[in-house]
Amino acid sequence: MNVADSAPAMNNLIGSDADSQRTLYPYVTGTSVVGIKYKDGILLAADMGDYLACHDSGSYGSTLRYKTVERMKSVGKHSIIGASGEISDFQEIMRYLDELILYDNMWDDGNSFGPKEVHNYLTRVMYNRRNKFNPLWNSLVLGGVKNGQKYLGTVNMIGVHYEDNHVATGFGNHLSRPILRDEWHENLTFEEGVKLLEKCMRVLLYRDRSAVNKLQIAKITEEGVTISQPYSLKTFWNFAAFQNPTVGAEGSW
Amino acid sequence: MFRNQYDTDVTTWSPAGRLFQVEYAMEAVKQGSAAIGLRSKTHVVLACVNKASSELSSHQKKIFKVDDHIGVSIAGLTADGRVLSRYMRNECINYSYTYESPLPVGRLVVQLADKAQVCTQRSWKRPYGVGLLVGGLDESGAHLYYNCPSGNYFEYQAFAIGSRSQAAKTYLERKFEGFTESSRENLIKDALFALRETLQGEKLTSSTCTIAVVGVGEAFHILDQETVQSLINEFEIVGEEPPADEATVPDQGGVAEPGPADQGTPTDQGVTPMDV
Repeated sequence: MNVADSAPAMNNLIGSDADSQRTLYPYVTGTSVVGIKYKDGILLAADMGDYLACHDSGSYGSTLRYKTVERMKSVGKHSIIGASGEISDFQEIMRYLDELILYDNMWDDGNSFGPKEVHNYLTRVMYNRRNKFNPLWNSLVLGGVKNGQKYLGTVNMIGVHYEDNHVATGFGNHLSRPILRDEWHENLTFEEGVKLLEKCMRVLLYRDRSAVNKLQIAKITEEGVTISQPYSLKTFWNFAAFQNPTVGAEGSW
Repeated sequence: MFRNQYDTDVTTWSPAGRLFQVEYAMEAVKQGSAAIGLRSKTHVVLACVNKASSELSSHQKKIFKVDDHIGVSIAGLTADGRVLSRYMRNECINYSYTYESPLPVGRLVVQLADKAQVCTQRSWKRPYGVGLLVGGLDESGAHLYYNCPSGNYFEYQAFAIGSRSQAAKTYLERKFEGFTESSRENLIKDALFALRETLQGEKLTSSTCTIAVVGVGEAFHILDQETVQSLINEFEIVGEEPPADEATVPDQGGVAEPGPADQGTPTDQGVTPMDV
């Protein structure tokens, strides 16, 4: 950062006026999104819990504040996007994308942006913001089908982007991708795809502290987008160790 | 064209509702050397006559590659054409960078037309004096457009602009109905025949013309002289009269032609192979 010839307000990058102009840490965040390609298109899964961070000079924990936030949305005719991270930044991204699609439609010429174009546009936006030290604090999954071609990609707040047959954000990368690497294959049916996604989401539910048991599955095919009603996964907590959790370690020190 | 009191600047209407400066700009297109375009469902061929200001000089560049899937041929003020080609290349490259996808020709052409329109509505500007035949591919197939100095654009199955283009248009009007289903080779052949019409008796050789092709699975490129010459020979497209003197017709058709198997002997061995 070139500080030498900056205006006074920029001299001290920490705790200066300029800071109120850019994202330093996220406040309301959603957790993992998982996406896979299947026979007819793309399936995305995300839960509906958003945590409100409680920050002062250090971290203080967070509260499950919002439980009905839709973190997956359709983009134009051919794509869907799923977001984790700061929800207000996701809302801003949706405004950019809605405007992009609007101008695309205004050409009224039979051409339309497919998932590849939207993904690359997003990558440019995310990377540019990162370069200005004012990132959109999200990890995004972008998937869709156009002219029979399936597309699934991801991009995050620093501009890292790639496509694959299955992608995930956040904890999903560590917990879900290994499952998908073993069990994903070409030509999954819709039912098989949903079962696979549920398996991934269940692991996340058990192991990611910011996951909640209320999720949606989004599907996109050549015909269009469907986002399911929220539902819950069956879980099992009846382990002996949970019955009497303090056995062997009773009392305080 | 008549001189009159309403033609001094582009922002003055005539009482008949005409903008004379724009019409004069379109005259400039008609004075330029011919350019022809034709398209099938999968290919677009652009062809133009090479005019050199003297035997000593090289000919003007009239065909420009704009992107892998778009090319343009021009007639009129070639300097204006060059500048507009640079604009088109820029637009294509920026679009590709942002969207990792080729700019649809139809959109490029509208942007070009809007740019031309601006010059018809500013008193401190003048219209571009060049007509552009834009050929390109997009999702819906091959397209050929003509962009006018007036800011209008039209899509065509085949078109010709520049001097003596009417002769080419007459030929194209006879044949155009077959173009959609035409093969790549026949399309090029028709382009060469149409081009010959504009030469009015001058000999058609690979040094007097330039051909470019773009198609599905084939990036836009200008055919090299040897290929063009062998195509001319193959189709036996020669001028109506024998050339007055061979020496003054610069011809690259040398002895050692690495061209296709068809060794149809060029009718005149190049006396002075010239770098055109």
